[in-house]
Amino acid sequence: MTYDKPVPSIDPDSAPYWEGAVEGRLMIQRCNATGQTFLYSRQLVPGVVESEVEWIEASGRGSIYSFTVARRPAGQAFQGDCPYVIVSVELEEGARIMSNLVTDDPDSVAIGQAVEVVFDAVSDELTIPKFRLV
Amino acid sequence: MSRQPVIVGVSDAPTHERGRALPGTHVLSMQRDCANDALAEAGLTMADVDGLAVAGMWGMPGPGAMQPNLLAEYLGIRFPKYLDGTNVGGSAFVLHAGHAYEMIKAGVCDTVLILYGSMQKSQSARSLGGRPALFSNQWDMVAGLPSPAGAYAMAANRHAHVYGSTKETLAEIAVATRAWAGLNPKAAFQDPMTIDDVMSAPAIVDPLGRFDCCLVTDGGGAVIMTTEERARDLKQKPVYVLGHGESASHVNINYMPNMAYLEVAEHSSKRAYAQAGRGAKDMDMAMLYDSFTITVLLTMEALGLCGVGEGKDFVKGQRTAPGGAFPMNTNGGGLSYCHPGMYGIFLLIEATRQLRGECGPRQAGDITNAVCHGTGGVLSSGATVVLSNTKD
Repeated sequence: MTYDKPVPSIDPDSAPYWEGAVEGRLMIQRCNATGQTFLYSRQLVPGVVESEVEWIEASGRGSIYSFTVARRPAGQAFQGDCPYVIVSVELEEGARIMSNLVTDDPDSVAIGQAVEVVFDAVSDELTIPKFRLV
Repeated sequence: MSRQPVIVGVSDAPTHERGRALPGTHVLSMQRDCANDALAEAGLTMADVDGLAVAGMWGMPGPGAMQPNLLAEYLGIRFPKYLDGTNVGGSAFVLHAGHAYEMIKAGVCDTVLILYGSMQKSQSARSLGGRPALFSNQWDMVAGLPSPAGAYAMAANRHAHVYGSTKETLAEIAVATRAWAGLNPKAAFQDPMTIDDVMSAPAIVDPLGRFDCCLVTDGGGAVIMTTEERARDLKQKPVYVLGHGESASHVNINYMPNMAYLEVAEHSSKRAYAQAGRGAKDMDMAMLYDSFTITVLLTMEALGLCGVGEGKDFVKGQRTAPGGAFPMNTNGGGLSYCHPGMYGIFLLIEATRQLRGECGPRQAGDITNAVCHGTGGVLSSGATVVLSNTKD
């Protein structure tokens, strides 16, 4: 079965994230100068001009920083999913990730709820880290 | 010789059928007509223009990638001394007014045309999806975040969580804005609306429903700026640009430092107020970019028109509607007047008309000071100007 939703244009900065996901690991970046963790992947940490940035595996646990329930789809490919939940998850490590919440009950989603990562292998090449309530 | 920058001409394009450009119009002729109308109102001609600031989404890929060159050629502006094509989203034109201020004040040029046009409705150019999953979009597009509405919805949910704003708070803004639109013959939607109409409208991205979202229309506008000295011989009472500021913080909503607070607007407005020597408490009205109702709520708090988290009380009971304590978005806004994709120029146009006192049924009383704030992207960039009909 082909996957007809948007796929990431993976670049050298983001490759470790998507490669990690295929292996079932949630990868984020950390600045060793400040201890700050972040994503999307950049070479420079906000506020630090020179920094040593490394990829680390995150715990996969966090809480909902914000969310929305899409009643109208982001294009035709998402039509069948409505209503679906898009979440900004704040990981235990501090970084925020934009993804989906896998749930049958979009109406009960709330900011602050605890979540954990699940890996959705949508094709041989692409695995998308998503989240579920714990 | 006062090189104090002033606005001396404005114009917005006529539309019909809920925001459709008039038959026979295209995106360049619309801008030409707007420019000539604004120049004529001022008592100037295109031969006086020696600076050009434009932004838009038309003609891309292709010649639209160099809009300042293209419009200078199309409009017959010979060897302009200042060109600006800065595109930071819908806030761009407010930012252009700030740049034009500096160029005029410094003597680089004398008369600047700020110009915009769009045929997005006629061309059915908008959708909630379809943006490439490039760079930081790799996450939003893969997750199916409707763009840009979903991003604003996330900010609205965060603001509600932190400060207790509600869907009713947002509806107050939509209803007040519609009431102003009812007094503007050029507004695409003029029928009265109630809080209940807004709250029971079809949901788009929770908590935003249909009437929390800006229109999709065609439209265009022009603003002419020159020196106070030059304005003495012109037709209109000058509107002074007293202060300006701009900033940016992120591209995707997930990297907004605090989704419940519009920090870019704090930065841009603080500079604008300081330069103007006038603060939020001196403002008689505000023109705040209303891509969504939540945009207005976040902006009024960051601009200091009310305390942070107090926006819900500021808008309660239609305080910003006609006859209310604080007039806001008196043209009917992007929510009900027009939103051709990049709305910022209409903030300048309406504030200028209110400061001249020429708005007829929608004149918001005696206005001396007005603040305009444009937002671009998904709460990504901000530009503020402080306008007045007096320097003193």
